[in-house]
Amino acid sequence: MSDHISSSSWTVSTRTRGSAFSMLAILALVALAFTAPLFVSRSVVQDLFFILTMLVLAQCWNLLAGYAGLVSVGQQAFVGFGAYAMFAGVSLLGMDPMAAILLGGLAALALSVPTAFFVFRLQGAYFAIGTWVIAEIVRLSLAQWKALGGGTGTSLPSGATRDMIGVRLVADLLGVRGPQATDIVCYWLALLLAVVTIGSIYKLLRSKQGLGLAAVRDNREAARSVGVDPTWTKSFVYLVAALATGLAGALIYVQKARISPDAAFSVPDWTAYVIFIVVIGGIGTIEGPIIGVIVFYILQNLLADYGSWYLLILGLIGILVMLFAPRGLWGLFTDRTGIQLFPVRRILAGQPKPKDIRGSD
Amino acid sequence: MPILALDQVSKSFGALKVADQISFALEKGEALGVIGPNGAGKSTLFNLITGNIRVDAGTIRFDGEDVTRQPPMARCLAGVGRTFQIPQPFEQLTVFENLLVGGAFGSRKTEKDVGERCADILVETGLYPKANQLAGSLGLLQRKRLELARALATDPKILLLDEIAGGLTEGECQELVETIRNIHRRGVSIIWVEHVLHALNSVVSRLVVLHFGRVIGDGDTETIMASKDVREIYLGIDV
Ligand SMILES: Nc1ncnc2c1ncn2[C@@H]1O[C@H](COP(=O)(O)OP(=O)(O)O)[C@@H](O)[C@H]1O
Ligand SMILES: [Mg+2]
Repeated sequence: MSDHISSSSWTVSTRTRGSAFSMLAILALVALAFTAPLFVSRSVVQDLFFILTMLVLAQCWNLLAGYAGLVSVGQQAFVGFGAYAMFAGVSLLGMDPMAAILLGGLAALALSVPTAFFVFRLQGAYFAIGTWVIAEIVRLSLAQWKALGGGTGTSLPSGATRDMIGVRLVADLLGVRGPQATDIVCYWLALLLAVVTIGSIYKLLRSKQGLGLAAVRDNREAARSVGVDPTWTKSFVYLVAALATGLAGALIYVQKARISPDAAFSVPDWTAYVIFIVVIGGIGTIEGPIIGVIVFYILQNLLADYGSWYLLILGLIGILVMLFAPRGLWGLFTDRTGIQLFPVRRILAGQPKPKDIRGSD
Repeated sequence: MPILALDQVSKSFGALKVADQISFALEKGEALGVIGPNGAGKSTLFNLITGNIRVDAGTIRFDGEDVTRQPPMARCLAGVGRTFQIPQPFEQLTVFENLLVGGAFGSRKTEKDVGERCADILVETGLYPKANQLAGSLGLLQRKRLELARALATDPKILLLDEIAGGLTEGECQELVETIRNIHRRGVSIIWVEHVLHALNSVVSRLVVLHFGRVIGDGDTETIMASKDVREIYLGIDV
């Protein structure tokens, strides 16, 4: 071993050319997004809220499917459960909506523990079906909850969101009316949630656990043989995704202020669209869902007048992308340019001592 | 106390007995060769030792501890390193990252702590020019080297090598033998399954012969190579 000690000129880094620049660009974009309510109209704020919350859901689904190989079609379970827990907190316990959003996230996390025990016994397609079955069970159960309107649903108590922490302050500072101030606070919360979600996922991917996750995704048997515990790694990701999805669900329904089981557990809204966003943007990258959600928003506006054609066209575009650009729009872009906004590769740099060198071919 | 001890280990795939009451022990620092015709159960034996496949009966003790019921990651942490006969790289990770996984998880350290050692292993195994390439882009021979390198990254006490010399040129084979000798010299115990007997015999001092899942020979290299069974089984193969 002694001849290896002196060859310690190695460095490992995940930085790439331009990654400092892209970090600056991202920070500037976040700052711009933060100030947006000062100079855009209420409907734009609502649209941005929609984009950001869908982005959080897409990042969570991408973490599951793209990094952990867990293809869930039941994430609406956590959207709906988080939303209902928030409603229960506000309507039944008299909590402030902001606190109730946290309650929604924790409730979704709590739900994910027993469901993990169930779905982790299932492999591949059965896992997907299992997640969907659980979402249906949760939906049917909550439809029995008469205090929250049973199958027809209910609204938040009038004034609940107007009295939410910070709303009055925003109304006074910006000189806007109550409902608009509520939208602005919700938007800032969505921005915060999106930034924290993306930041946490990026941190996870750059950590040792992220490396283990990639190893399990690529080759489970080999990963087990080098000391990675696949079940632990995947469970961790499943729980984290449930927490963030539940927070997003609760936040979405604070802004909507009206809930019903069919809407809160909607498969198209909270899973099909989310999968579309990830697939079209590029699965297995953080950038993919960001591109995907923008494309999705544009398509939704373009096709809004075409009724059921809208879904057909979305499906068709999704299939075309899967066939001709399996790594999504971001994949096409990054293949050509080599640009990455969130690099995770561990790049080894440095030279061995000359006498250690041996040819490779 | 032996580093590894198998006692009456058996395994069947349906009606096919691939391990039939296998017993042998390996002393610390020993290098053992395992030979036998294709389908004899050599790779399965490795999978039983590493826990990728569970035994039907018998016990496996590693470093004094009964590991028979332990999953592969626990055995890896205890010090069992292995290569796969058919290489199993993490294809979407780079060569260096493949080693980082082994280093960080297999020896329970942080990535930072194992980075240098992984880089040194890349040099030792001749893979360092490919360090930042995707493992999926490697050819077969380099994939085999990666198997060895990744196993080394886990800092094993015992190294199980499954046919890593096949298909090498004479020069490459010499290099490989030299590398394995160095690893052995550092105190790592070795079990090597290999058909390239002259390479094998220049490293190991003892051979176990497997045939239809049974141990039909176990002794020092010269005795085994001279035995009638081995000559029959290996007729036509360069002895
Ligand atoms: N997972 C498995 N399921 C069923 N049969 C298997 C499996 N793995 C190996 N076998 C069979 O077990 C026998 C021993 O295989 P193996 O251990 O790979 O032999 P060797 O490495 O000595 O060539 C072969 O007949 C093989 O077909
Ligand atoms: Mg074999």
